[in-house]
Amino acid sequence: MTGAPELKAPKKAVSHSTLGRAQRWSWIFQRVSGVLLIGLIAVHLTVNLVMGDGINQIDFAFVAGKLANPFWQWFDFTMLVLAMIHGANGMRMIINDYAQTPWIAATLHWALRISTVVIVILGTLVLFTFDPCPAGSDPSLLPSFCEDI
Amino acid sequence: MSPLPTLYRGAEGMWMWVVHRTTGVAIFFFLLVHILDTALVRVSPEAYNDVIGHYKTPLYTFIEAGLVAAITLHALNGLRVIAVDRWTWALRHQKMLVWGVWIGFAIVMAGFLPRHLMHAFGGA
Repeated sequence: MTGAPELKAPKKAVSHSTLGRAQRWSWIFQRVSGVLLIGLIAVHLTVNLVMGDGINQIDFAFVAGKLANPFWQWFDFTMLVLAMIHGANGMRMIINDYAQTPWIAATLHWALRISTVVIVILGTLVLFTFDPCPAGSDPSLLPSFCEDI
Repeated sequence: MSPLPTLYRGAEGMWMWVVHRTTGVAIFFFLLVHILDTALVRVSPEAYNDVIGHYKTPLYTFIEAGLVAAITLHALNGLRVIAVDRWTWALRHQKMLVWGVWIGFAIVMAGFLPRHLMHAFGGA
């Protein structure tokens, strides 16, 4: 590609120590959470979309059957928190790159922070206050173990 | 009028940076929607089944395939970014690793797509 200006080498090498503490942790978090999320999401997609009846099996009874098990509650909680912070951290960098006007950048940063906190709290409440056999529901929509209660 | 000078160099690494950004943003917004639709299990079985039923339509079958494609590309390229940051060997061979990302992507999709399309359209 022609027409690209020559890039000057930075006067000072950028390293982990010049980035500052917060930026360094953001950098480390993005990589550690990224690797963990690959494993978590691979399992999530395999169990929900590949195994069994795939997309056709996803309904209330399927989700309730999974979330009645503490293993899946904590699995989904870990995935929820890591994915939301990883995604919000990436969106923060994109806002920094493109939002040049200070008040627009500040508005976007606050919108991102508020939506991230709200979504993480909502998701956590759903995971840990969830009732797989809500009283008065149509039994045909519930997981089979609800009949024993 | 000559085109404005640009910092974008147009090589493999730049395009993977574009792919990483666009897939990242797409996955983020899907994640917001996905947590909200899953939260409907707390409302009622009927509300959840009604909304999740839309994921089983032909249009959404392709959106889901696109989502899995985006996640696979973002994941494999993320591993490439880590490798390039970490090892001099990977830095020297970062262009070759771009093709590694696309080959890995092709393998994952070759495994996932037939299965997903059979679930959605095979009547199984």
